[in-house]
Amino acid sequence: MTPVLELRGITKKFPGVLANDNINLTLEQGEIHALLGENGAGKTTLMNILYGLYKPDEGHISVRGQPVDIHVPNDAIARGIGMVHQHFMLVPVMTVTENVMLGVESTRGGAFLDREEAARRIEKLSEKYGLEVDPHTYIKDLPVGVQQRVEIIKVLYRQADILILDEPTAVLTPQEAEELFKILRSLTAQGKSIIFITHKLKEVMAIADRITVLRLGAVAGSVRPAETDPAKLAALMVGRDVNLVVSKKAATPGDVVLQVDDLHALDERGNLIVRGVSFDVRAGEVLGVAGVQGNGQTELVYALTGLRPPASGEIRILGEPLGRLTPRDILEKGVAHVPEDRQRHGLVLSFPVSDNLVLCTYYLPPFARGISLQEDAIISASQELVKQFDVRTPNVFVDVSTLSGGNQQKVIVAREFSRPIKLLIASQPTRGLDVGSIEYIHGRIIAKRDEGTAVLLVSSELDEILALADRIAVMYKGQIVEIVPAAGVNRKYLGLLMAGVKPAEAGAAVGVGAAEAEIERVF
Amino acid sequence: MEQTQATPELRSGSTPAPGAPAPGAPAPKARAKQRAQVPSLQTFLIPLLAVLTGLIIGGIVILVTDAVVVAAFRNFFREPGEALKAVWHSIASAYGSLLSGSFGSPREIIEGLQTYFAVGDPAPLLQAIYPITESLVASTPYIFAGLGVAVGFKCGLFNIGAEGQFFVGALGSAFVGYKLIGVPWFIHLPLAVLGGAVAGALWGAIPGYLKAATGGHEVVNTIMMNWIAFRLSDWLLNGPMKAPGYRPVTPQIEASAELPRLFALPIRFNVGFFLALAVAALIYWLIYKTTVGYEIRAVGANPDAARYAGMSITRNFVLTMMLSGGLAGLAGASQVLGIDHWVGQGFSAGYGFDAIAIALLGKSHPAGVVLAALLFGTLRSGATRMQSLAGIPIDIISIIQGLVIVFVAAPAIIRWLFRIRAGREEKLVLTRGWGA
Repeated sequence: MTPVLELRGITKKFPGVLANDNINLTLEQGEIHALLGENGAGKTTLMNILYGLYKPDEGHISVRGQPVDIHVPNDAIARGIGMVHQHFMLVPVMTVTENVMLGVESTRGGAFLDREEAARRIEKLSEKYGLEVDPHTYIKDLPVGVQQRVEIIKVLYRQADILILDEPTAVLTPQEAEELFKILRSLTAQGKSIIFITHKLKEVMAIADRITVLRLGAVAGSVRPAETDPAKLAALMVGRDVNLVVSKKAATPGDVVLQVDDLHALDERGNLIVRGVSFDVRAGEVLGVAGVQGNGQTELVYALTGLRPPASGEIRILGEPLGRLTPRDILEKGVAHVPEDRQRHGLVLSFPVSDNLVLCTYYLPPFARGISLQEDAIISASQELVKQFDVRTPNVFVDVSTLSGGNQQKVIVAREFSRPIKLLIASQPTRGLDVGSIEYIHGRIIAKRDEGTAVLLVSSELDEILALADRIAVMYKGQIVEIVPAAGVNRKYLGLLMAGVKPAEAGAAVGVGAAEAEIERVF
Repeated sequence: MEQTQATPELRSGSTPAPGAPAPGAPAPKARAKQRAQVPSLQTFLIPLLAVLTGLIIGGIVILVTDAVVVAAFRNFFREPGEALKAVWHSIASAYGSLLSGSFGSPREIIEGLQTYFAVGDPAPLLQAIYPITESLVASTPYIFAGLGVAVGFKCGLFNIGAEGQFFVGALGSAFVGYKLIGVPWFIHLPLAVLGGAVAGALWGAIPGYLKAATGGHEVVNTIMMNWIAFRLSDWLLNGPMKAPGYRPVTPQIEASAELPRLFALPIRFNVGFFLALAVAALIYWLIYKTTVGYEIRAVGANPDAARYAGMSITRNFVLTMMLSGGLAGLAGASQVLGIDHWVGQGFSAGYGFDAIAIALLGKSHPAGVVLAALLFGTLRSGATRMQSLAGIPIDIISIIQGLVIVFVAAPAIIRWLFRIRAGREEKLVLTRGWGA
């Protein structure tokens, strides 16, 4: 049978970089083909070529045996190729129907929108593939998982039968991801074909029919899940053996370093989004804050670091109340912050690596004498840090914007971890990073813990929380639902808490036997 | 999370394997000597080509407005040679007189030198260098005011108020200049200069404070402060600061407050030019070599990260606007104390607005600003001669300046015209959205 999609010898060069090197990829009818690779391996470039956003330098694309030229996304759409982007492109104040019909509006009499017709088609699609989307609700009222299904409907509505999903699970809870996988199965069962882009090993093992691994722009291997295991895939991705499990000793908690009492905080628009949060973190332990993004974790961290003072409640560091301290006062108390959005808060992208490494200490000796910056001290300290934290950069003078995401994050980690700190607040410390960098940063966090630093880890990746935390606090709608010891915790139980199920019900739903089986699977 | 941009795609891929030395990296010892700010070729190329293109298009404008050329082209098919001759003549006389108006004639300068060394009579030499000195005289306030706007850009602030700050600075200097009497020059002159700087700084601090405290956008507020400055100066010149007599001007400043002139009249070249160069060097040091400048640049490049790092955004906004206004005030001071010796209505001739263009053309770097200011000063003073000799209206210079700015602000045009591939250039943050 002819494959639905065939990429042959795709090569794409950017100045100084070979982004895609002679890539071959075949997508069979009705299969889920996972495209696995680290950031910068060339996955997105390849898909952008397929979607008409870039022109390949060499190679050709065939759809159902027909060679095609794809110059703009509309060419791709006309050939039945649809893309579900990682960041949703939805208008929150419009209904599902209105969003789906944007750009391909059905009209009545040439000028009037025919919402009913569109809604009927959406209902039909929703029913056919088990998407369960009500066409008349507003996007802003839908949970993230459902919004993603709206994106899938948008693609199906345009009659795509080749779907490209770019990191679709990045924004989902584990349960939502399961749901998505069910939907993908139902799509392929009815003849659709799917390219699933990801860097998560567990997912490809669970969902893919075939896996193509990209490394440094070239195909590193193409395998079936049955023939491989996560460790082998990781080795293919990174090009060396990777330690997937964070090895750590049991924590030895000391004194309370951070104490938070009935904290309330506002979001950007002034809505109360952290509502009465209380917890403490001890020296030498990692408290993991789990939860789906947007449940107040960001604002909690802002309040703790002084970026946005809390509305009410008390924060104590080593027993001392923070009061209304500025971010600098808090820094100087020995608090390090690995911010959630590294490019927004963590780095000045147009500054060289060296200047970014002293972003929090530039005004202190030896980096400054009076107001005069001591360049030699800054440069030699930077060179030392770059070596010590394995930041891959040609030198410390290049702008930090030229580094890969993983290396940018290492710059932040190097800066924050090299100061004398008592409390480390790490927010999504490995978001969007490759396996190698994740392994490295996880190791560093545990090392900090073992030095006696109190660590508050905020992450929406349950795997990350489970790998690092000694205690886990689940946050939902601005409150901490429960704090449990990490040892022996049940993954599904946490997932239910993250989705808003009450602890008692979640415990009942999971059961004790299931819990143990789950632990087996997780570790 | 991968980006759709082209370049980041393979960045981590292109990094060397662990342990391997970075290819092409110099040995560690040599590395320590290496410095960061090595500007790319494009940093210079784009402004140069922008000026060139501006001159070419300016030339076209000169041609199509030249009646002789237009008449010659009516007969183009009969006498193409005549038409081309007219083109050459028109352009040569326009830009020739612009050049000689800016730099003087090399022949006259050489002859002047010969006379001076042969006979000891400086008069012909002084006459020969007069155009150059006038160019430098015109450049002096441009340097100060251009630095002022550039410092604002470095902090992400768009100071359109340099014109008003220039006025207020001029008035401040004039006030100190004529009010203090009987003070030795080494006290009076610094005080008068300082008077201009402080007045400008205060005028700049107001929109800076409004931005920091209320979020009021500096573009709007500096424009409004300009109008207040204009009307304030009208009132001052007709009232409290009016010299005896009919004209709405300030009294002449005391001789002890004048910036010393280096040659006899009519050459007005004075110490102000060297002061401007010194201040440019000082600003370079402040912006790139001190913690103060580090903060200003960090706040300008990424205010969120600056706040994260414990810097005070509001403090830096106020400080930068004070610096910016102070520099524009110095521009006014240099004009009063060095050239005019009094302030009248319509004193500025748009120095403060041209300063925006100069900061843009100079890429907000002190050295670039000095070069751009020299260019603008030269064009300005040469244009006067072009008008009298070639009969080309002085406004053509404004057209050329305008074109240069368009090309610098939209480098894509220049890249397209000259088929230059986009390099990784430092992005100049002009201003953030309203109320940001």
